[in-house]
Amino acid sequence: MKLGFLVDLNLCMGCKGCEVACKVENEVPLSSWRLRVKYIDIGTFPDTKRSFTPLRCNHCESAPCERICPVSALHYLENGIVNVDSARCIGCAGCMMACPYGAIYMDPETNTADKCTYCAHRIESGMMPACVVICPVQANIFGDVEDDTSNISQYIMAHQGSVQVRKPEKHTEPKHYYVGGGRQTLDPLAQQRIEGYSLFNNITHLEHVGDPNHGVLDRFLAPFTSHEIHDNSSMMDWAEKGGEDTHEEGGH
Amino acid sequence: MDSAIHATQAVVTLDVALPGIIWGWMITLNMWAKSVGTGVILVGAFLLYRHKKDEMPNLRWLMPLISFIFLNIFLLSTLTDLHQPYRMINIFLHPHWTSAITVGAWMASLFTALVTVLMVIGFFDAHPDVRRNCALAKTARANSGLYEKIFPFVVFLAIPVTLYTAIIMAESSARELWQAPAEVMQMMWAALLAGSAALILISGSWSKEARRDLALVLAIATFFSFLMYMGEYFFSFKSSEAEATLAYVHAGGEYNVEFWFGMVLGFIVPFFLAVSNMKSDNKTLLRFAAILALIGLYMAKDVWLKIPQMLPLS
Repeated sequence: MKLGFLVDLNLCMGCKGCEVACKVENEVPLSSWRLRVKYIDIGTFPDTKRSFTPLRCNHCESAPCERICPVSALHYLENGIVNVDSARCIGCAGCMMACPYGAIYMDPETNTADKCTYCAHRIESGMMPACVVICPVQANIFGDVEDDTSNISQYIMAHQGSVQVRKPEKHTEPKHYYVGGGRQTLDPLAQQRIEGYSLFNNITHLEHVGDPNHGVLDRFLAPFTSHEIHDNSSMMDWAEKGGEDTHEEGGH
Repeated sequence: MDSAIHATQAVVTLDVALPGIIWGWMITLNMWAKSVGTGVILVGAFLLYRHKKDEMPNLRWLMPLISFIFLNIFLLSTLTDLHQPYRMINIFLHPHWTSAITVGAWMASLFTALVTVLMVIGFFDAHPDVRRNCALAKTARANSGLYEKIFPFVVFLAIPVTLYTAIIMAESSARELWQAPAEVMQMMWAALLAGSAALILISGSWSKEARRDLALVLAIATFFSFLMYMGEYFFSFKSSEAEATLAYVHAGGEYNVEFWFGMVLGFIVPFFLAVSNMKSDNKTLLRFAAILALIGLYMAKDVWLKIPQMLPLS
């Protein structure tokens, strides 16, 4: 069994239901995302169109994150899912350096690496991932890519020639496919990130990796002090502060 | 704001905040300190092969001492950069051998342990009046011959210890600039540069010939380090990601300034100072060259570490 994902970008309408469902299901903290939907505007007014691209872990068959992890915190499950054992993770961020898709984040509450696991806990109970269940247009198709009769295999067969993966040149053999994508939607270097063009949000880069309220010394002292529980409000204080000044790093 | 966005290009109009620089100055310090820690052993071995010990009276104990100090800076910066520092033990309890981080951590730990033995034996041999009744000092002096037995193995181990970071870079498939095969040679030249520079600083009482050899190693290391950076800067393999990464240096700005400061201070000026010192033995100028080389090397490594992390990956 090899579980895979396919997103039909022709169907996706950018409602972000999957993003929210993922957040709720996996209790993903503020400032972190396992799944996100990116809006890209293409063309010049009035000939413009907006495309929506859901982005999550690709659960590569040859996963660079699994290879570089020094303690096997990132490991394969029998069904092909690349899973995370946050209790073992040392927080070296090697996986964040290795993942060509930027799918891994440092959880600000646990200070360990985390990412989409295709809702492995739900799969184990015979359920579909939360993002699949919530999608109102069934743009997310999930199943066993080694089973010719599965929905995803049938979909891939029916759309031969237009099924793509991100960054195939990296030889990671992703198990996450897109239908209806193009270079502008799947290649981050074919997109511009211009200050002032973003809807709702002026923060382009996070100012922290992991817990914003714990510096280097705090990480050493953490086991001996009562660890302050971070709720949403503490994160929002930081977000407001970060939102005031526009960060110049990054982007072209 | 650019009002004329090219029609064939796309603009991101809604996305999450991206992580910025994840491996920052602590990892730069890590690589820089490791270059010094392994480099002094490699260059020290070269000097011991070329010259009599009497020409470099303090080398036998100062070489492992410098290595020990910088290896501990390297290990400490590695540890403090972890988000879960106490779990570092998991590398030894649950090692994953496909990871260059794991292999490197094991090798660096063994290397540091052996350098510690060399340091203890070297120090107590060089200072016979210190702690005459201490059990450790007695044991060290009684096993003085162990130094020469361990030393060849330490020199051999210094090579993979200095190079393994290049393998970590190669495993970091998201950062294409680090994927260049030249990265391995850069690490080796960095070790020779840092090692010769560090030894120059303690070579005041050594023979002119030994100092001239140090100047020669520094000149060669700065020359080839500079060439390798220039090769990557101008004639990189030009994948779209590598080009987009180098644009952060090519296009000006703080990284451009830091990069060229690194090139001039770290490689060009020390090269000419070292070459001139091979004819006329000027200790002050040579020390100045060594300090500049160490500063410049840090700056060059810092830029090369940070710019690939600024690219959006998805």
